[in-house]
Amino acid sequence: MAIDNTYGQVSPVPAALARADQPQRPYTRSELMVAAAAREISDGDVVFVGMRLPLLGFQLAKSTHAPNAVGVYELGIIRESAAPEPILTMGDLPNLYRAQWLADTADVMGLLQQGIVDASFIGGAQVDRFGNLNTTYIGGLEKIEMRLPGSGGACDLASLAKRHIIIMAHEKRRFVPKVDYITSPGYGDGAGWRERVGLPRGGPSTVITTLGVMRFDPDSKEMVLASIHPGVTVDRVVESTGWPLRVSPNVAQTPAPSAAELAMLRRYDPQGYWTSD
Amino acid sequence: MPTSRLVSLTEAIARFAPDGSSAAMGTALESLIPFAAGREIIRQRKRDLTLIGPISDILFDQIVGGGCVRKVRAAWAGNVITGSGYNFRRAVESRNIEVEDHSNLTIAMALRAGAMGVSFMPARTALGSGLYDTNSSLKAITCPFTGDAVTAVAAITPDVAIVHVQRSDEYGNAHSWGNLGVTREACLASKHIILTAEEIVSPDVISSDPNRVVTPGFRVSAVVHAPWGAHPSPVPGYYNRDHQAFIDYQNESRTPEAFAAWRAHWVDGSADYLSLLGEERVASLTLKMHALAEAVDYGY
Repeated sequence: MAIDNTYGQVSPVPAALARADQPQRPYTRSELMVAAAAREISDGDVVFVGMRLPLLGFQLAKSTHAPNAVGVYELGIIRESAAPEPILTMGDLPNLYRAQWLADTADVMGLLQQGIVDASFIGGAQVDRFGNLNTTYIGGLEKIEMRLPGSGGACDLASLAKRHIIIMAHEKRRFVPKVDYITSPGYGDGAGWRERVGLPRGGPSTVITTLGVMRFDPDSKEMVLASIHPGVTVDRVVESTGWPLRVSPNVAQTPAPSAAELAMLRRYDPQGYWTSD
Repeated sequence: MPTSRLVSLTEAIARFAPDGSSAAMGTALESLIPFAAGREIIRQRKRDLTLIGPISDILFDQIVGGGCVRKVRAAWAGNVITGSGYNFRRAVESRNIEVEDHSNLTIAMALRAGAMGVSFMPARTALGSGLYDTNSSLKAITCPFTGDAVTAVAAITPDVAIVHVQRSDEYGNAHSWGNLGVTREACLASKHIILTAEEIVSPDVISSDPNRVVTPGFRVSAVVHAPWGAHPSPVPGYYNRDHQAFIDYQNESRTPEAFAAWRAHWVDGSADYLSLLGEERVASLTLKMHALAEAVDYGY
């Protein structure tokens, strides 16, 4: 499936990665990323589900380790069950079938604003060392190099969820010291910024990329490399980052998707629209 | 009885979406997008419109590509399953249109303020963001009760809301179901409302279930019978999303020349839209399974 290789989109990666213990069951890098995203959801979480890979991540979590998670969608949809058929967008009719609630955008945004959404997912085009995301203007408003689609609900998720998880391609042009424009606030210029500007809670907890998983230092709020995907080196992640990326002393390897996870993923994305390379 | 508001799409757009007016569209976000109305706006060569909405999928990209737009007040403009909206990108990067960047929450609050008849609504989003820095409709204020920082979102009162619904009577009483997005506040905030409907039904059908009415008919200016009027977006109870059309549109809009060909084929040509789609495609999008709700009792 050809997808747009512009900012705002996870780039397809050509080679499928073979799993050492199961060479007959290769998986794609996108499948690894979706599995990693799904593991960020705990059972019982109220999850604000974003477009693209997060749609699959929620379906996967719901069908495996988090059967009691509740899915909230900005169109005004709440689901307590996975959609019965594969969906490409959250507005596909199977995602409405026996939903828990079909309502207004303001209703679901209200849940977010009240502070009862545990986790949310956002795709990014450009991110910086404090997890601020830009999906609006590359180059900034004064000197527009590229106009991207904008916030949608992303600014709200980043402002108001208890935590948010960022999913994006790991490239030096996207991982910049300071974003040109903050569409979705992370930790601003570091510790204390969110409180200072008046955001009530939250901030990014995790960045899942094509190369690894980053988390944030609890004191400085700076991004720290926590795990690398199979076949990726720490050096490669550091070289693909536009500032001197901090590396956890206990950097781990991102667990490969299990056979059960892969089977479920392929049920929900049978044509590999989101997960083929 | 009120007089019928049933008119042609041509007349509705000509009368209630004149050059220079502001129009809220795509208010249910990814479904029920009034694409037929968008094509009619392009066909009538409207100029200097302000488009208002949360995310419009490719609708706003098409109308911008038609040269009809001066300003976009929206949370997002692109192609949901492929990424960029190329006409929108070209217009913004060449500074041919102005953009007021919202989030889905701030656009909902702006329209709700309009619907409530107040000058702003408070929200807690966007503080510290580029949206807050660049959008003059967002201002930080201190809550007089808690002392917390709050974002005041200025009211938006569009000249017209253009909304696609499943079924309407000729007086503008209409049923809509599925996710509604910001449709209810967009209708109430607007001076005029144009409804495009899959089916025109008798008033008895609508009044049998008043909870499903999207906005009171007396506020509606025009009702248009527009079957398949939201294609390629989905309409609950009628047809599924035509993913291929959105995928094709990526290439059909990638260059100005490609978009001109798209427009000549889908907008300015003389062929009927459904015959352009073809029977096979139409059949492939219809519901494969029905899921009827239980009836409810409004008796006394």
